[in-house]
Amino acid sequence: MAHRIVDKEKLSENVYRMEIEAKYVAEAREPGQFVLIAYDNDRSERIPLTIADVDLDKGTITVIFQAVGKSTIEFASLNVGDSFDAVAGPLGNPTDIEKYGKVVCVGGGIGNAPLYPIVKALKQAGNEVISILGARNKELLILEEQFKEISDEIITVTDDGSYGRKALVTEPLGELCSKGEIDLCVAIGPAIMMKFCCQTTKKYDIPTIVSLNSIMVDGTGMCGGCRVEVGGETKFTCVDGPEFDGHKVDFDQLIKRLGSYKKYEQQAAAEHNCKLEGKL
Amino acid sequence: KERMKIPQQPMPEQDPNERRSNINEVALGYTEEQARIEAMRCLDCKNAPCIEGCPVQIDIRSFVKQIADGKFTEALDTIKQTSLLPAVCGRVCPQETQCQETCTLGKVMKDPMKAVSIGRLERYVADRCAEQSESPKVAEDTGKKVAIVGSGPGGLVAAADCRRAGHKVTVFEAFHKPGGVLMYGIPEFRLPKELVAKEIETLKQMDVEIMCNFIIGKTRSISQLMNEDGYDAMFLAVGAGLPRFMNIPGENLIGVYSANEYLTRANLMNAYKFGSESDTPIIRGGKVAVIGGGNVAMDAARTALRLGAESVKLIYRRTEKEMPARIEEIHHAKEEGVEVNILKSPIEYKGDEEGWVKSMVCQSFELGEPDDSGRRRPVPIEGSEEEFEIDTVIVAIGNKANPLLRRATPELEYNKWGNINIGENCETNLPGVYAGGDAALGAATVILAMGHGRTAAKAINDYLAEKS
Ligand SMILES: Cc1cc2nc3c(=O)[nH]c(=O)nc-3n(C[C@H](O)[C@H](O)[C@H](O)COP(=O)(O)OP(=O)(O)OC[C@H]3O[C@@H](n4cnc5c(N)ncnc54)[C@H](O)[C@@H]3O)c2cc1C
Ligand SMILES: Cc1cc2nc3c(=O)[nH]c(=O)nc-3n(C[C@H](O)[C@H](O)[C@H](O)COP(=O)(O)OP(=O)(O)OC[C@H]3O[C@@H](n4cnc5c(N)ncnc54)[C@H](O)[C@@H]3O)c2cc1C
Ligand code: SF4
Ligand code: SF4
Ligand code: FES
Ligand SMILES: [Mg+2]
Repeated sequence: MAHRIVDKEKLSENVYRMEIEAKYVAEAREPGQFVLIAYDNDRSERIPLTIADVDLDKGTITVIFQAVGKSTIEFASLNVGDSFDAVAGPLGNPTDIEKYGKVVCVGGGIGNAPLYPIVKALKQAGNEVISILGARNKELLILEEQFKEISDEIITVTDDGSYGRKALVTEPLGELCSKGEIDLCVAIGPAIMMKFCCQTTKKYDIPTIVSLNSIMVDGTGMCGGCRVEVGGETKFTCVDGPEFDGHKVDFDQLIKRLGSYKKYEQQAAAEHNCKLEGKL
Repeated sequence: KERMKIPQQPMPEQDPNERRSNINEVALGYTEEQARIEAMRCLDCKNAPCIEGCPVQIDIRSFVKQIADGKFTEALDTIKQTSLLPAVCGRVCPQETQCQETCTLGKVMKDPMKAVSIGRLERYVADRCAEQSESPKVAEDTGKKVAIVGSGPGGLVAAADCRRAGHKVTVFEAFHKPGGVLMYGIPEFRLPKELVAKEIETLKQMDVEIMCNFIIGKTRSISQLMNEDGYDAMFLAVGAGLPRFMNIPGENLIGVYSANEYLTRANLMNAYKFGSESDTPIIRGGKVAVIGGGNVAMDAARTALRLGAESVKLIYRRTEKEMPARIEEIHHAKEEGVEVNILKSPIEYKGDEEGWVKSMVCQSFELGEPDDSGRRRPVPIEGSEEEFEIDTVIVAIGNKANPLLRRATPELEYNKWGNINIGENCETNLPGVYAGGDAALGAATVILAMGHGRTAAKAINDYLAEKS
């Protein structure tokens, strides 16, 4: 089945939003779930991307991704009318959406994309939502407008101070926690950011949910490549997660495992870029 | 008897030194002359005990005789009455514990490996007559719909049999290519993917619809298929799933793989062509250790060699006699340079600062009293720990039931091992829902999964006939 791209937008340097036909996935999907997506069945990797949104009338899903290596750079080079060979999902467990009370949602970089549907659902479930959005610089801050519409309060920070407050997300997070009244924290972003968010909330004993981005192959529990240690036990991110109690996750191990194929990935990206340049 | 003097025909094979660096098939197949001579070794036993040894009861005596007489097309027709994938089974069946174990000639020779080479003959006719065989006839449309979940050998056989009865059949497959373990587990050098692709082509010609990237329990649920999408019956052949680990320190270091992941990357995702024709990486080269003694372990070890490993150690807790792998494959692995280390098992992996596995600590064992399975239980020897340097570890100690479908379908009953609970006709506790293969048996074999596919399809066809 071919999955046609019906809309594409560049959100910032290297970050793209794509709307893709995937009727069954759209119908079944709940916030927090992801798809495995591949351009060419004979050659491509199966890349996990969170479903940022769905349109049931059009039978489409929206993904937001950062072009970081061979496969995502290739995705970015596709245009409306092109098709993906595979969009499999929705995978992973949906977020536990309940009325918790006051929830702080922290998004870092591309993490805003997977965070967005969760915030939307939490808001609909009657929670008071404070969103903290962080990025390296102004250019990389995505979805601010969308978050504004669904958050009760929004705090933006950049590493270099080019927009919002010059700070790391953990600063405003720590301040909110110290004031009390926070019932839940949801943090999604680079593993290192989630690690420090969890350290921050741990001090105040605020339950914290994180969504992990381990390296995946099948996404159905068959390969074990996505394993992480949570509370001293080995879990498979694709079938046991992707969301976990952040206070129990061994982030150092996750970060190391994310580097498993660095050597190969750099080679692939370099060769791919050469080819792309040749075409331009 | 004169026949007993005919020498067993050896299987022509690629030279071990050459084949360890290519992925082409190792066994090259008999010539016509070899096939006929081998077939003449058959004693034409009246009771043909070989047939009882075959899980699907192929009429072995007849097809072997037809080969001896040079009637190859007829031989294939005989096989096809009961088995749909002879090119596959002839290659991968553990014949020494099935049809060749009960063969009279093997009994006389006191070695099932010296029995009539039934598998090799089966393969010969399947390959020889591949072009001649036409796709099976399909009965008139019944208006009934059958869903097959999983496209491994169990699913493929059930799909063909249900379609032949005239039902509309859809196969749902989680991966992007159909074939199950035949595609992602068993390597090319043992089972060329082209053969599997051809069987799937036959199904398509019969108008079986194959929906890939479609995960039942996620994309659609069992009850949605049955209650909303109009399927009248369903066969679940989702395989075994979740890989087992040993839960020892360091098992999550980088470079420690499950065999499932390692083989999926190498086979299905073509990681051996990384760079030019595949985007999926795999850690290559270096010193590799494979833990386990089954077919999966042998496949992983031999795949590692082909991916350029400096050395491959196979580490097994018992002795070679207890290894569940096929004798032929253990032999092939050794010929290619796999070092077999018996009576050893890892107790810890150690890594460097960046999280890469660097060494493993192994303990030695001796064999004690037999356990429940009748195999002598390995007992650890105190103070026998030794440390090996290692760059990659592949854990091949079996699978547990896949949790995905189970969590999505709490109403489906499972047995105490976590496999789907089935009755004699592969029926589950849900009306119209049948299951089989590895999903019901735990890890089994291709032919057993196919047998289930057959049984379930027959039950489904009967059930649907009754319903209308
Ligand atoms: C559940 C989940 C949801 C995700 N959602 C999003 C999202 O919404 N938007 C987004 O931009 N990114 C998301 N990611 C991360 C995304 O999958 C990776 O950025 C992508 O796989 C990189 O592939 P590449 O070939 O372009 O780059 P590469 O250069 O090959 O890899 C770059 C880095 O990405 C990681 N990576 C590589 N291959 C995989 C893989 N097969 N699975 C997971 N990670 C891998 C590794 O850490 C690697 O170092 C998600 C990951 C997971 C597990
Ligand atoms: C490396 C290896 C070597 C082996 N060697 C031999 C051998 O030499 N001889 C032998 O007889 N046996 C061998 N086996 C065992 C044999 O392959 C299996 O017993 C057999 O394939 C089981 O068939 P199956 O139809 O039950 O399932 P599988 O072949 O496991 O196929 C199941 C299929 O279902 C799909 N699936 C799973 N969940 C879902 C879902 N929810 N929705 C849709 N699709 C789903 C999977 O992706 C898969 O394609 C080997 C196994 C392995 C792993
Ligand atoms: S299907 Fe397998 S067990 Fe049966 S005759 Fe053929 S090789 Fe032997
Ligand atoms: S048991 Fe062996 S020798 Fe006897 S008929 Fe069968 S294949 Fe031939
Ligand atoms: S991605 Fe294979 S088990 Fe999770
Ligand atoms: Mg990549």
